[in-house]
Amino acid sequence: MFNYHFDWAIVTSGQYAQWLLSGIMVTIELSVVAIILSFLLGLIIAVMRMSHVKPILWFAHAYLEFFRNTPLLVQIFFWYFGPYKILPQVVNDWLNTTNFEFSAAVIAEDLRSGVRAIPKEQLEAAQSSGFSYLQSMYYIILPQAVRMAIPPLINQFLNLTKNSSLAMTIGVAELTYQARQVESYTFKGLEAFTAATLVYLALSVVITWMMTL
Amino acid sequence: MIKFQGVHKWFKDLHVLNDINLHVKQGEVLVVCGPSGSGKSTLIRVVNKLEPIQKGRIVVDGNDLAAGETDINLLRAEIGFVFQQFNLYPHLTVLNNITLAPLKIRKLSRSEAEGQATALLERVGLVDKRDAYPAQLSGGQQQRVAIARSLAMKPKIMLFDEPTSALDPEMIGEVLQVIQGLAHTGMTLMVVTHEMGFAREVADRVVFMDYGVILEEAAPEELFRNPRHERAQLFLREVLSPMH
Repeated sequence: MFNYHFDWAIVTSGQYAQWLLSGIMVTIELSVVAIILSFLLGLIIAVMRMSHVKPILWFAHAYLEFFRNTPLLVQIFFWYFGPYKILPQVVNDWLNTTNFEFSAAVIAEDLRSGVRAIPKEQLEAAQSSGFSYLQSMYYIILPQAVRMAIPPLINQFLNLTKNSSLAMTIGVAELTYQARQVESYTFKGLEAFTAATLVYLALSVVITWMMTL
Repeated sequence: MIKFQGVHKWFKDLHVLNDINLHVKQGEVLVVCGPSGSGKSTLIRVVNKLEPIQKGRIVVDGNDLAAGETDINLLRAEIGFVFQQFNLYPHLTVLNNITLAPLKIRKLSRSEAEGQATALLERVGLVDKRDAYPAQLSGGQQQRVAIARSLAMKPKIMLFDEPTSALDPEMIGEVLQVIQGLAHTGMTLMVVTHEMGFAREVADRVVFMDYGVILEEAAPEELFRNPRHERAQLFLREVLSPMH
């Protein structure tokens, strides 16, 4: 066979395993924060998108168009070198590395189609009981819409987790970054990226499983 | 309790309410009937502003619906609305369907709200279904839960929009009985229905509508025995003996 000497010990113990492990922790951290932030922001944008107040509606539209129609990688560089620089470094780092803003746009649209799938009579029933529009959304419409939107949401949460690897381009030491490091130091790229691949796969399976509970 | 003064409403070019003048008194049971498309559902949907009107005035319990100081959410809490298709919240149990608004709007404690809901479920004969979900109930049972849900807000007025039209015939009686029970409590009721037997027994007054106009307005006996308007005669002949 081909002349490659496998050395799996590199990724299971010692210095390099430590690097990968720290990468895994960063990836998990990024993904969890991104999932939470993007879901919350997505909810807000979705509700804004259904507002009857014109400026709110325009803002939501502009947000969606901006984030849906520009490449994620470009967005990461744009925000990294651009507007977020005026914010405190910590905030800047979090906003950038989690790249949740893009997913929030997609999630907002997923939730909105979920809401549209709920018959308008549900809103009428809620309002007839004396609930305001926002209360009706919160107590009656969104809980149903989120259930409807679970399959596309799973997709989007998986994308978030996998796209956290793009954060390496701005120097975040997450899993992909660390796998590259291991490869540079040891030339054992196959082992390093096999390990990384398995970890991403495991993370995705866990997320899917948790969402379908 | 409910006053319509020169009320007009259009859906695009369709004149669905045409110069409605009507006064529903406190404690009165008013049945609204008429062929489909006559505007009778719209007539009760404008009372809690599910539909806006374009002209005229509606005053409910002293509140002008168009007035700036009228908080429509507050007013709606005093007006129960029962839909043809029940519109229970499918993601909540029967109990939570009934307690949601009292908990969040009336700010009752959970034990108060649940106690009250249980009493209402007893009244509509469904205590054993308190933990069921709407989809597990028959149409008649869902409608009785919907009535209990409205009553949980202790409304002054109840509006019924064809409450039995979506039900299998054998379930109509159980729902009408519940509504009839309400009529005897002195609550103000507006009921859109084709159930003329119910109208005859329970209504203080029956209104007949067609083409967005109130054509007749009379005590049930009088209307059934001696409808003045030709279209009312035709309609009553149809609904009273559909087979001729």
